[in-house]
Amino acid sequence: MSTPQLTRPTQPLFSRLPVISHLKKSVGLQRGMLIVGVVLSGLFILTSIFAPLLAPYGYSQLSDASGSFPTQEAPNSKHLLGTTVGGYDVLSRVIWGSQTAVTVIVVSVAMSLFLGVALGLLSGYFGGWLDRILVVVADAIYAFPTLLLAIVISIVISRGQSSFWGGIFSCAFSITVVFVPQYFRVIRAETIRLKAEPFVESAKVLGASSVRIIGRHIFKNATRTLPLMFTLNASEAILTLAGLGFLGFGIEPTSAAEWGFDLNKALADTSSGIWWTGVFPGIAIVLTVLGLTLVGESINDLNDPRIRGRKRAGRTPTPTTAGTPSNPSEAGKP
Amino acid sequence: MTTLIEVPEAEPGIVAPKSKSKAGGGLGRYIVVRFFLIIPTVFILVTLVFFLMRVIGDPITASQGGRLPPDVLAQRIQEAGYDRPVLVQYFEYLGQLLTGNFGSTITDRRPVVEVLTTFGAATLELTINALIVALAVGIPFGLIAAQHRDKTPDAFLRFFAILCYATPVFFSGLLLKLTFSVWLGWFPVAGRASTRTELTMSGLAAPSGIYWLDALRSGNFAALGDIAAHAVLPAVALGLLTAGVFLRLVRTNVIGTLGKDYVEAGRSRGVSEFRLVTKHAYKPALIPIITVMGLQIALMLGGAILTETTFEWKGLGYQLVQYLNARDFVAVQGIVVLLAIIVAVTNFVVDIIAALIDPRVRY
Repeated sequence: MSTPQLTRPTQPLFSRLPVISHLKKSVGLQRGMLIVGVVLSGLFILTSIFAPLLAPYGYSQLSDASGSFPTQEAPNSKHLLGTTVGGYDVLSRVIWGSQTAVTVIVVSVAMSLFLGVALGLLSGYFGGWLDRILVVVADAIYAFPTLLLAIVISIVISRGQSSFWGGIFSCAFSITVVFVPQYFRVIRAETIRLKAEPFVESAKVLGASSVRIIGRHIFKNATRTLPLMFTLNASEAILTLAGLGFLGFGIEPTSAAEWGFDLNKALADTSSGIWWTGVFPGIAIVLTVLGLTLVGESINDLNDPRIRGRKRAGRTPTPTTAGTPSNPSEAGKP
Repeated sequence: MTTLIEVPEAEPGIVAPKSKSKAGGGLGRYIVVRFFLIIPTVFILVTLVFFLMRVIGDPITASQGGRLPPDVLAQRIQEAGYDRPVLVQYFEYLGQLLTGNFGSTITDRRPVVEVLTTFGAATLELTINALIVALAVGIPFGLIAAQHRDKTPDAFLRFFAILCYATPVFFSGLLLKLTFSVWLGWFPVAGRASTRTELTMSGLAAPSGIYWLDALRSGNFAALGDIAAHAVLPAVALGLLTAGVFLRLVRTNVIGTLGKDYVEAGRSRGVSEFRLVTKHAYKPALIPIITVMGLQIALMLGGAILTETTFEWKGLGYQLVQYLNARDFVAVQGIVVLLAIIVAVTNFVVDIIAALIDPRVRY
């Protein structure tokens, strides 16, 4: 991929970063969606970093200097979002929950990236029986309900309940097992496509080793789609974590705050009209997933020339659309 | 589903493969090959689940350990054959599966098959209801979004689709319960039917387990109303999750087909924009939806576990969670294996339907 550099000066690194470059390409509605996504994701990450400063109380704190917290108390000046049936402060647990979520995302996506990319590159490049076995296994796992698989894995690792890092790792590993086939499929398909490209063949002719070809030539090209997969999988990781927590296979409330667990406890409150215990952790999940998905979706749309709205010559599908001039030469790629 | 799946109108892209003789025999061969691909899929999942479940020790210690005296425990382990080498147990388990024997649960000592038939119908009912909601919401909205691409309705609908995806079933379920059951009082809070209806339903001769079907067959319309009222909220909660996926799929594919030459030709002939979307672009765009629907079934089964827990809908997912909490891993294994088979078979059926519609899919 050195030819574009010969014809076009390389842009500074900053504007080539995934989200930044997409922001520059985007226009109108798509830009709006991307910005909303970036803002929500940014808030989520900032909240998780500054959780100790932002949260009024600890995630497992049940009392302060003035005595024990009341249980199931409606939002008031002391507990802005009320307290739960167990006497926890809802606002604090919502804020601390972001930290748990970020940790699980980072650990799980890092593990599945590493495994999935490595297996995908090997399988796609070398082919043969290893490839066939891996494809069948990946397909089998891929077709299976993710939550069910995550439940089974989390039983195996932590037998249900555990400490902070034990819980984080069992959740993260469950999610990893679910994600590896997805990364594997994408990277393998890309590798197979790239293997036939002239630049790989010329590298072979020049006597480059397999390790060098995979590591330098294929790896860089095959991993272009990873930012997209990262954002989409990050949101899925949060949903799986919350699902596990909701079913009671997450992290104990004394070890960390977890939104899914809080929603599970809040379920019983709803019939008596207590809404604040469930609504706020739920909103936290929705906003976080929404932010990450909006970023992922926008990147996906901007990468796809069929879907992407264009900056100058916008191709409009309906003749009734006024405004953007229609450019026939842009009419769909052959 | 069959009403939706119609053979698409001739599209320039869809032409028979080069050699016609291959295309003729292709479908039969494809079905056979695709059918045999179910076996490794199920086999791998059964193996995976079996060994994962054994890593944590024998199922009897897991569920009864600490509750039974050690000698009784050892005796029960020996009775069930869990003291033998894992590989022997594994092959015995495979043999049992082939004869349709999924073992017996440890906690309540029921055959797993009985658990599956009792609670499977409830899950099936929930999934069907949810699929109806998903299609009824996803397809029309997807068409509207595609027709008004990049304008206000599209922006609104796309945001709605992402919101559907971003909201966990148990949270949307909780909000629905809070709003429509607790505050407005329109629908019951939880369950599949009121106690009286459940008694009537279980008293029926040869019930199918799918309540609305049983109620229809026995002509019990009071019960039908009760069942419908209970079904609405869970179906909406689970259906909306998938509706977002369908909406986006329909939108993307219709936009894709709207750019095709034959649609352009229709437009130049003066065919109305509404007709272009609903007649010309819509049907070819359905093919990917049918393919994706197979994967959606897997997603829906996962969602069903959460929905059933949220609404105390006594189906397989609800039961699975009960067994998980009781550490009854034989029951868990049985339910998981059954779900694996359901998913594999569904994917098979979906692939065959896709192949019937689109010859390019066939090998």
